[in-house]
Amino acid sequence: MTAAPIHFRNERLMLDPSGAAFWPAKRVLIVADLHFEKSTAFAAQGALLPPYDTRAALERLTRLVRLYRPAKLIALGDSFHDGKGPARLAKDDRARIEAMAREAQIIWVAGNHDATPHDLPGQCVAEHREGPFVFRHQAEPRLGLRDIEISGHFHPKASIESRAKRISRPCFVSDGASRLILPAFGSFTGGLDVRDPAIAKLFPRGLRVFLLGQEQLYSFALEQLGRLAEVA
Amino acid sequence: MARLPEIFERWFDAKNWRLRAHQAEMLHAAEAGEDALLVAPTGAGKTLAGFLPSLIALAAQPSGKLHTLYVSPLKALGTDIARNLQTPVAEMGLPITIETRSGDTPSNRRARQKEIPPNILLTTPESLLLLLSQENSADYFSALACVVVDEIHALAGTKRGDQLALCVSRLRALSQTRVVGLSATVAHPEAMRRFVGPRTRLVLAEDGAPPEVKMALPETEIPWSGHMGLKAAQMVLAQVEKAGMSIVFVNTRAQAELLFAEIWKHNEKNLPIAIHHGSLDIAQRRKVEATMAEGRLRAVIATSSLDLGIDWGGVDQVLQIGAPKGVSRLLQRLGRANHRLNEPSRAILVPANRFEVLECEAAMQGVREKALDGDPPRPGGLDVLAQHILGMACTGRFLPDDLYREVISAAPYADLPRQDFDDVLRFVEDGGYALAAYERYRKLFRDAEGYVYPANAKVTQQFRMNIGTIVEAPMIKIRLLGRRGGFGMGLGEIEEYFVNQLVPGDSFIFSGRLLKFIRLRETFVEVVEAPGKEPKVPAYAGARMPLTTNLASRVRAILHDPVCWGAFPAEVQEWLALQKRRSRLPGPEGLLVETFPRNGRWFMVVYAFEGRNAHQTLGLLLTKRMERAGFAPIGFVATDYVLATWSAYRPEKIDQLFQEDMLGDDLEEWMETSSLLRRSFRQVAVIAGLIPRQLPGAEKNRRQVTVNSDLIYDVLRKHQPDHILIRATRADAAHGLIDLSRIAALLARAKGRITHMELSRVSPLAVPVLLEIGREQVAGEAEDALLAETEALIAEATAENEFRHNFSHGPKGQNMLFQRS
Repeated sequence: MTAAPIHFRNERLMLDPSGAAFWPAKRVLIVADLHFEKSTAFAAQGALLPPYDTRAALERLTRLVRLYRPAKLIALGDSFHDGKGPARLAKDDRARIEAMAREAQIIWVAGNHDATPHDLPGQCVAEHREGPFVFRHQAEPRLGLRDIEISGHFHPKASIESRAKRISRPCFVSDGASRLILPAFGSFTGGLDVRDPAIAKLFPRGLRVFLLGQEQLYSFALEQLGRLAEVA
Repeated sequence: MARLPEIFERWFDAKNWRLRAHQAEMLHAAEAGEDALLVAPTGAGKTLAGFLPSLIALAAQPSGKLHTLYVSPLKALGTDIARNLQTPVAEMGLPITIETRSGDTPSNRRARQKEIPPNILLTTPESLLLLLSQENSADYFSALACVVVDEIHALAGTKRGDQLALCVSRLRALSQTRVVGLSATVAHPEAMRRFVGPRTRLVLAEDGAPPEVKMALPETEIPWSGHMGLKAAQMVLAQVEKAGMSIVFVNTRAQAELLFAEIWKHNEKNLPIAIHHGSLDIAQRRKVEATMAEGRLRAVIATSSLDLGIDWGGVDQVLQIGAPKGVSRLLQRLGRANHRLNEPSRAILVPANRFEVLECEAAMQGVREKALDGDPPRPGGLDVLAQHILGMACTGRFLPDDLYREVISAAPYADLPRQDFDDVLRFVEDGGYALAAYERYRKLFRDAEGYVYPANAKVTQQFRMNIGTIVEAPMIKIRLLGRRGGFGMGLGEIEEYFVNQLVPGDSFIFSGRLLKFIRLRETFVEVVEAPGKEPKVPAYAGARMPLTTNLASRVRAILHDPVCWGAFPAEVQEWLALQKRRSRLPGPEGLLVETFPRNGRWFMVVYAFEGRNAHQTLGLLLTKRMERAGFAPIGFVATDYVLATWSAYRPEKIDQLFQEDMLGDDLEEWMETSSLLRRSFRQVAVIAGLIPRQLPGAEKNRRQVTVNSDLIYDVLRKHQPDHILIRATRADAAHGLIDLSRIAALLARAKGRITHMELSRVSPLAVPVLLEIGREQVAGEAEDALLAETEALIAEATAENEFRHNFSHGPKGQNMLFQRS
């Protein structure tokens, strides 16, 4: 897997094809929308989905922690599918989180699904500021003058018209200047197309997407998404 | 000879009918209380034979309860039979009530049917399960004396058949009912007999006149490849003109659309010719059927949407355009022409390419010899069993031991191990996950005595919403935009997966119109009319039927025996003779493999004749092996007859490539990522009730409340690969999309008997498959390659500085897709 660099002012972030971002200067690993315990939330509604989603996401996350050895892990909100999620965590999964917390300081940013603080190791915060970055769950329509915002919430995905077919993948979205939105990291998380006004209006001057591939990211500018047929 | 009651005898006399031998035998079977399977050609009075015992019994002893239940695969068939049954009942003045019940039945009528059942009820397997899951079902069916299953060959061996068999077992538990199966064509009479019941009397009616089948070729040259048969349009039109009413059968919806357009180009006399296929708006299909029934059409171009169904009587001939794919399928289609027993049905086969000439000849042989084909029924699906178990819990409590006994009395589940039953039961109860996470969300409870019952009313309600085993591919509505924009007009629905193949600007044919794809907007495909342009993307794949084993071995035999070639046009004879000189002809035994260099690559052509699905799988497995052997495979293409691979280096030691252990680790590794298995899993998960069915009109909502089945599959396969749903998915795949059974048969046949021809250039027989290269669909596995290519393409096109001359597409664009890293 090859991560791709993206620059904001003088800071460099590495975008990982797994959907996480890494800030090497401060050794910060960032993930969005883990949606732990989504399966058990569905089970309560009568859909007995495989209860392995939390474990699967944690295993992927653990691999990243081993790879990047971060000092800090920031979860950009909606880490749990609902407020009672932490209470439903299986013992093993809780232990995995605790083990991770011994490796890195965990910052749990509050999301709309998990607004109330919980008792897991780490800090529960409304948002987190560090260096030029502000880490929050959902992008603010208006940014502070010097802020560079890293957020989640939308589960962005994009579809590319290739020669043979349309291919849809989760993606990072950025304007290359002041905003970066991460794809959802959870196991059972769907997505919202970046052309949806909810996302598109956050990027009045255009956006670039980085589609998750098996080994690498694939990057496209938004105006290319629809017009590819003409190029080809 | 059985004697008819007087009133029936008078009625027969009045019609100038005699009781036919098979009808009499069906009466005997009824008197003896035996189950029966009646195999009779169309027009032999099959329906009457099936119902006569019930009519006689009800005439003698009127009843206020349900006496006979008729189940058929088509709603329309039930409606038609109900209408036909009214005639004898009315004419003899019998005190018998007859009603239909399906998803379309208004709720007030359904409620009334629950209170006052008709004597004869005509329904579908799905509606039957709903009836059975009602709390009063024990009483409702208590007097049931006969279950008639029509078109039983179309149900047995399918998931709907599994469901029906389970329901019939329940009906037998609730009543003393007999079961009667009706069929026109049966490939495996023994298996079909067992499907009806363990001691079933087989009743064979006299054959009708043998069908008259001939082959017709377009006057122009016979194409080397292609499946659409468009060159034959004028000839087809001429044939249609000669007959009163024709059905022109084709193999795919795309073919129907293209042929329809082509025929109308030449239809100067404006003969009334219509089109009928499964994607068209249902109202439009009904209109075509009605016009046909009134005799106001000269021809209808149809897909399998008209294979089964009501009897239109007036069809004079059937044309089959393109390969027939199987003898049984062809006979079924032939049977649509001429429902009078003593006159032959007339059919014309029109091959679309050279290989199809061979296949048509093989099919005609098969029809003459009545060598029906089709796989013997496979074991019942575990997903269907899951749905049934939930349904049975909803009718009231059950003991697992009792239900297991009932289930294994259904033929498809006769060999079901108790462990599998228990695993499925556990899946229904709490998901059946190794992690005991769902104790508190159980769907079923067990009481102290061991009875199982639903946890709450919501469980029952959800069950009713998700009943049935037909899982439609996700569909997207097509909206035709007007000149001035605006909301647009609905044209019908196409598969989401087909839409994903489209790139803006592509044109395709739908509902007889040439359309240009504009964009996908929310849940609609927006299109405009595109006059005069040739469609760029003519193929919806998907529903293509693979060549049957029976037909494949006949084709091999014909190829090998020049004596059979006499019937072929000269160009086909020359083609085969040239192959014999340049290489060799594939034989009935063993396996012919050719290798030759061409344009700087090495081609390997495998004459396997195991059908497209099996060849696709074989291609994936074979290229993996070639990679390990260092041949650097680049790509492959599969047809129904042949598989071709191409590689950078010369393939050697062919024997080793085809060793049977190919189906071991390589297969496992590939199945890990195959998009085919994900597609199978979605069906299994819907049928088993894990994810809710897509309800019409609920698309927006659905996206919010369901989880994508691909994500579920990936997580489940990784964390509990022996879960019952993964097992069910693999079992499905082995027979369907991946067709492992046929690859296994091929490898066994080829063992030690591979003929490897090392040629210096392409052989005549290999030309058709090489022409297919580039027309094939791109498999899901190649998506990353496509993304990389697209990214590079844009980078090249938008690069601000110098144009990068060294950028390379790969030798032929398309082939890059299969490049393996």
